[in-house]
Amino acid sequence: MRTTTIRPGAERKLKNYTSFGQTIRNSLTMAYRGLLKIRRTPEQLFDVTLQPIIFTLMFTYIFGGAISGDIASYLPVIIPGILVQTVITTSIVTGVQLREDMDKGVFDRFKSLPIARIAPLAGALLADTVRYTIATVLTFTMGFIMGYRPDGGLGNVAIAAVLVIVCAWAISWIFAFFGVIARTASSVQGISMIVLFPLTFLSNAFVPVDTMPNWLQWFVNINPISHLVTAVRDLANTGTIGWDLGISLIGAGVIVAIFAPITVRAYMRRT
Amino acid sequence: MDHLYRKQLDNNHGEWAVEARGLVKAFGSNRAVDGVDLNVRTGSIYGVLGPNGAGKTTAIRMLATLLRPDAGSARIFGHDVVKESQIVRQLIGVTGQYASVDESLSATENLIIFSRLLGLGRAEAKRKADELLEEFGLTEAARRPLKNFSGGMRRRLDLAASLIAQPPLIFLDEPTTGLDPRTRAQMWDTIRRLVKTGSTVLLTTQYLDEADQLADRIAVIDHGRVVAEGTVDELKASVGTSSLQLRVQNSLDIENARRTIEQVLKVQSIVSSEAGKITAPMANADLVTDLLIALRAEGIHLAEMSVQKPSLDEVFLTLTGHGVKEDASQASNESNKAEEVRV
Repeated sequence: MRTTTIRPGAERKLKNYTSFGQTIRNSLTMAYRGLLKIRRTPEQLFDVTLQPIIFTLMFTYIFGGAISGDIASYLPVIIPGILVQTVITTSIVTGVQLREDMDKGVFDRFKSLPIARIAPLAGALLADTVRYTIATVLTFTMGFIMGYRPDGGLGNVAIAAVLVIVCAWAISWIFAFFGVIARTASSVQGISMIVLFPLTFLSNAFVPVDTMPNWLQWFVNINPISHLVTAVRDLANTGTIGWDLGISLIGAGVIVAIFAPITVRAYMRRT
Repeated sequence: MDHLYRKQLDNNHGEWAVEARGLVKAFGSNRAVDGVDLNVRTGSIYGVLGPNGAGKTTAIRMLATLLRPDAGSARIFGHDVVKESQIVRQLIGVTGQYASVDESLSATENLIIFSRLLGLGRAEAKRKADELLEEFGLTEAARRPLKNFSGGMRRRLDLAASLIAQPPLIFLDEPTTGLDPRTRAQMWDTIRRLVKTGSTVLLTTQYLDEADQLADRIAVIDHGRVVAEGTVDELKASVGTSSLQLRVQNSLDIENARRTIEQVLKVQSIVSSEAGKITAPMANADLVTDLLIALRAEGIHLAEMSVQKPSLDEVFLTLTGHGVKEDASQASNESNKAEEVRV
């Protein structure tokens, strides 16, 4: 064993808070841990790789003819829609995995270390942006293969991709909250699907809004998912930045402002 | 009271690693920890002994800032576990009952992540990880994922992870539960070496021999309360005298032998049926010579003779009134034996 002796506890100079810099460093280390975990268990990427491919193919060929007359003119409508739906659905996994992770002994160690309390959560959520990126790239790639040529250009498509990833990250705080308060991982999945399914389908993601009944149009138009989809369409198809982008970013900010603190509080209280 | 306590603390000047007063934690109506006081001297090994569900783990989790106590207070090197939790976390290492390491990562990756979280630089973290793996004999398995680790390797890695920051106080929650005897002995050595470098160790165990082997002082916990506290010898002395155990060569001599014992030692002896073993309390060792001479005179030949000091098992049973639940059959066996001794 070590020859050096351990410094007595009473003689150490210590502080009772974590600095902002340390919080960032801790979160990045936890994100690194998340990435290592993805590398060790690549099978957990099945959903983000298969879902964009299958959904894009399925929805385009099923709805294309009925909604836009032909596949080619439906692509600019469906690709942004599918993108938002897929990436946001992926963010459910964050909550599910967080639940599973927290049930393991290693979280006890994180809690007993002198690190920023938010780091294990922030790190996990940060690492998951890799999943969103994979889903985003695959959806655009599928679209391209099927003949989608966004008029906004590559730069604007990239901005749209970043926007979707940022918003998915913000929304994942909601599922992280469910993940922290739920008893089991499968109940997280259940609750999240109930929330997300109406939210993504009661939007302009797949179908033009004016075909819907009035009362439904009202909801679809205030649905933040609709704004995000519109923002992505504007960027990718015409290269314009509209008010919808602003609303999307504000919405993302509000979600983080509400759910990040309550998630961290619930996480710290939970044992 | 609080004032007095604080003054005492200043005077102690780091003498106490742990001071807990009236710790309470209830889960619903179940008071898992129900008013526990603990004092652990710096540089010692302190054993918290109790059966499953006695509240050992809950008590440790409160001291390690993982659980907030419902009532009472605890100080680690004079720092309050609730108000100064972040300071306390810089002074402790915690090794949980179930290995608190990442299953899907390798040993090196685990240690590097914990080192990085503790503020070590990239190169420094790598060096520290290698150093600890070497020290705990895990170098060969360093790159393998933990899924393939044996229980003992996992525990060693767990302990290694607790030592990264060289904390002056280490909590070990049942460090050898489920380990084979050889690995257990290795773990004990590691813990002893740890204390030599100046660490204080607070460990929980349900194995009496483990507390006997390692701990300087022991608290026996049952139903969330400390039912006894003291050094190993003090606890043993509280249970009573050693016992003399004899086995006669010819089982027909048993009654004869018992009569002789009664005459010479002036005590009642008992016979355990299956082995034909006679057990008698031995208050005065000097009288044993007389007994042996008397037995020779009677023509009774002995097959075996031994003297047994009261084990912690007996201490435990006397104090808690029940055996260690995990080895139910063994415990009930032991309880019979202990009762016989006390008759």
